[in-house]
Amino acid sequence: MKYFYLVWKNAWRKKIRTTLTILSVFIAFLLFSLLSAINYAFTGGVDLADAERLVVIEKISLINPLPISYMDRIAAIEGVQEVMHLSWFGGYYQEPRNQFPQFPTDPYPYFAMYPELDIPAEQLEAWSKNRTGAVVGKDLADQYGWKLGDRLPIIATIWTKADGSTNWEFDIEGIFSTSDPRGSTAYMLFRYDYFDEARAFGQGTVGWYTLRVRNGADPIQVAKAIDLQFANSAAETKTSTEAAFAQSFTKQFGNIALIVTLVLGAVFFTLLLVSGNTMSQSVRERIPELAVLKTLGFTDRSVLGIVLSESMLITFIGGALGLGIGWLIIKGLASQLAAFLPGFYLPASALITGVVLMIIAGVLAGIFPAAKAMRLSIVDALSRA
Amino acid sequence: MTETLARLENVSRTYTRGKDKVEVLHNLNLSIPKSDFIAIMGPSGSGKTTLLNLLGGLDKPTSGSVTVGDAQLSSMSNSQLSRWRSTNVGFIFQFYNLLPVLSAQKNVELPLLLTRFGSAERARRASIALDIVGLSDRAKHYPRELSGGQEQRVAIARAIVSDPSLLLCDEPTGDLDRESADDILKLLQTLNREHNKTIIMVTHDAQAAEYANRTLHCDKGTLETRVAA
Amino acid sequence: MRVIRQILAVTWLNLRNLPQRMASSAVAVVGVAAVVLVFSAVLSMAKGFERTMVSAGSEDTAIVLRRGATSELNSGLSNEQMLIVSNAPGVMKDGDAPIISAELYVVVDVKKKSSNTDANVPFRGVQASAFDVRKGVKISEGRMFEPGKNEIIVGLSAQREFVGLDVDSTIKFGQTEWTVVGSFDADGSVSESELWTDIVVLQGAYRRGNSYQSVRVRLESPASLKVLQDTLDLDPRIDVEVQNERDYYAGQAEGLTRFIRIVGYPLTVLMAVGALFGALNSMYSSVSVRGKEIATLRALGFGPGTVLLSTMAESTLLALVGGLIGGVLAFLVFNGFQVSTLNGPSFSQVVFNFAVTGDLLIQGLQAALVIGIVGGFFPAMRAARLPVAAALREL
Repeated sequence: MKYFYLVWKNAWRKKIRTTLTILSVFIAFLLFSLLSAINYAFTGGVDLADAERLVVIEKISLINPLPISYMDRIAAIEGVQEVMHLSWFGGYYQEPRNQFPQFPTDPYPYFAMYPELDIPAEQLEAWSKNRTGAVVGKDLADQYGWKLGDRLPIIATIWTKADGSTNWEFDIEGIFSTSDPRGSTAYMLFRYDYFDEARAFGQGTVGWYTLRVRNGADPIQVAKAIDLQFANSAAETKTSTEAAFAQSFTKQFGNIALIVTLVLGAVFFTLLLVSGNTMSQSVRERIPELAVLKTLGFTDRSVLGIVLSESMLITFIGGALGLGIGWLIIKGLASQLAAFLPGFYLPASALITGVVLMIIAGVLAGIFPAAKAMRLSIVDALSRA
Repeated sequence: MTETLARLENVSRTYTRGKDKVEVLHNLNLSIPKSDFIAIMGPSGSGKTTLLNLLGGLDKPTSGSVTVGDAQLSSMSNSQLSRWRSTNVGFIFQFYNLLPVLSAQKNVELPLLLTRFGSAERARRASIALDIVGLSDRAKHYPRELSGGQEQRVAIARAIVSDPSLLLCDEPTGDLDRESADDILKLLQTLNREHNKTIIMVTHDAQAAEYANRTLHCDKGTLETRVAA
Repeated sequence: MRVIRQILAVTWLNLRNLPQRMASSAVAVVGVAAVVLVFSAVLSMAKGFERTMVSAGSEDTAIVLRRGATSELNSGLSNEQMLIVSNAPGVMKDGDAPIISAELYVVVDVKKKSSNTDANVPFRGVQASAFDVRKGVKISEGRMFEPGKNEIIVGLSAQREFVGLDVDSTIKFGQTEWTVVGSFDADGSVSESELWTDIVVLQGAYRRGNSYQSVRVRLESPASLKVLQDTLDLDPRIDVEVQNERDYYAGQAEGLTRFIRIVGYPLTVLMAVGALFGALNSMYSSVSVRGKEIATLRALGFGPGTVLLSTMAESTLLALVGGLIGGVLAFLVFNGFQVSTLNGPSFSQVVFNFAVTGDLLIQGLQAALVIGIVGGFFPAMRAARLPVAAALREL
């Protein structure tokens, strides 16, 4: 640590060069954090999934509905603790580009299924008492500036009303939120009974069921039992864990993780060239000085350490800045992007990977110049001077 | 009868350049008493720098032994030599070789980083050394802000800061004007006479050699004594 | 003119001793190449996707959906409505029969070859004139399906991307088995990502009764779109939206292309800034290494302006070389590469190819140019202002 002063002074030997190198490292790690957050938005759903929740969809396709009569039959299956249903409404608010998810469902069963969501008890009760009531997520409410008591008109694109119109109106009875920073609340819930009664077609059906497995029961076995129950009927089912269900979606987008990794690969390759070049220039310039250190009694190993520390120092300053500022930007942007790219978040695993990368980058950039410094022959170096 | 500080016994040093072998030192014998001030003169390529390197543990003889104090340099490993150098030898070069990124004070403190002294103690010892060479008022200056003579004095301060018994100087006044050269040589004399430092100075300047107690001539790898007046 | 000759001479001198500064120059070139490579790769995804979608749309075809529907999947039309549309003016006729194809599609699960995981594939029921209302669609292998049978034809892109769609194979959706009797070529457009069968059979298999999602009509001429629109708008029995098929597909592509661009551009800008730092670093190093040489030139009488411009010329040339390398690499590696992804509005896969187009390459070179000019400017200023005497002393 007492060598820190020496390392620091040496690092800033050429101020512009060091500053530009630190800035290059900064950009690389900023890109790393942003791309990690994007990757997480696509793949992180798996993280949030509860291992004890299962999703039941129509076997042929997710867009085919399931009869509501299945609800009781599912509830009766061994290992099922509680079950509720959701459907996809697919409307928009004011303009077609203001699309966010809307789900008709039952108030109490929904929030019982998702304890990670918070809603004040009195709001939930108010919603359960108002057939045309709705609750919206805090992310959504913040984005559009909605408040309790507001009238919320949604225009349907699929579900025309029985009276022929596509205008559905709801009263905002509650705003729910989550304390998990990875979760998104950019969606809306309204009453299934109102939905089923007012819609022009599809009565008696739902989109899918979500259920919780009883403590100790094997989710895979329960899933098999459910599918067996409805095999060979008009609407066969496919039951999977919530995690598998989330993953099946992200897989459909394509291999996002691969794309992100390839881009980051190009970025870090370039970064290593830049900092490696800086370090080798830095050592080449002060061969006599390094020789003098050795004459003073610094061992070969300590000279290696001094050069390597310089490389690590530069990389750590740039890297810490990149990760830090990246994290701040992600936090700031997350709510803005909530409707467009939910789940934009920098997980702890990415931060840890970032730190590991900083160490590796610092070592790789400095190792060859450091080895050269270590192997320097004092006599040869001084005679050159 | 003064004690011997350093001894070279039957020392030879041969370099291999490709297929050629160059014998720079040939069966050299030298005994250096404590507190002596010796000048070594000779044509270039005569091996005088090699002699200095051997005495300072920067190089090892091809045959023979080099002993300084209690240390048998020729049988020590590289890391042992490093450790030995930090407290036993001070080097002074023709081109000063100060670190440009450090101030005079910090340059002088450099050897003390290898000791267990805390930062306050290191600063204190460096100040003392700078005082001895008469540069206390330039402590915070950087090498580029100092004249040649001043830089060399900082180098001397660095060489004496860990209180070594032996100072090895390779053409210390080679790059200085007459006046600065004299100042430096007077300083070396002071270090020798008042601080009991044993000094071995390689030089091609006869006038510089006169500041020493005696002069040895190095030619084709052997030494010859010619006593100073 | 003499000034230009001077600049060229000094630039030539700079480049001649480039090999001495190989390492740091290479760093600048690689940095720019990486930026252009990533830039081209990401945006060629958007381009390729857009192309596939839009190329499917013909100006001679109008598509009719229920008013308010944002895509075919959300739309619903009854048999009566379909008949009204087919009898409207503006619709081209083949003898007495209007050239229309009333269609409906469902989403089925088929495995992607690349990941062996399930993907949503559009399974479309069409009428006999399906080929006539579209441009450039023809059977490639095998034959057209026979009406009333569980036979399907598959688009060539779908066949390449998904498992088990070879001609003469059978595939099971739910309880029903279907036989692949042929494949069709649609010029690489989005239609090729689909599986087609007789609409009557599809309606039966998925219990859709007599309903459709869309009606495609062949227009007498692009201008007759207006006539068709006006007629249908005024008709109280029917509430539909009529669009040019090309506009419809452009709208369907908008979401994803916008997403790729909104994510891609800022990231590329960040990378470009990084490359800029790399270029600056390299040029500052170059200027300091050449300090003595620059001072000599100045002492000989070459003006500071000449030094400035020749330094910037060197930097710009290096960047352009990087840009070319990046662009060529992007073209060689990515152009034509097939991928598929989920398109929100259709809730099904679209198979498309990366398209590294000429204008993308030019945009890449433009970016390289900017990096080269800015990256050379500040070091060039320093080179030009170097005090001659001090630099000559730097021996």
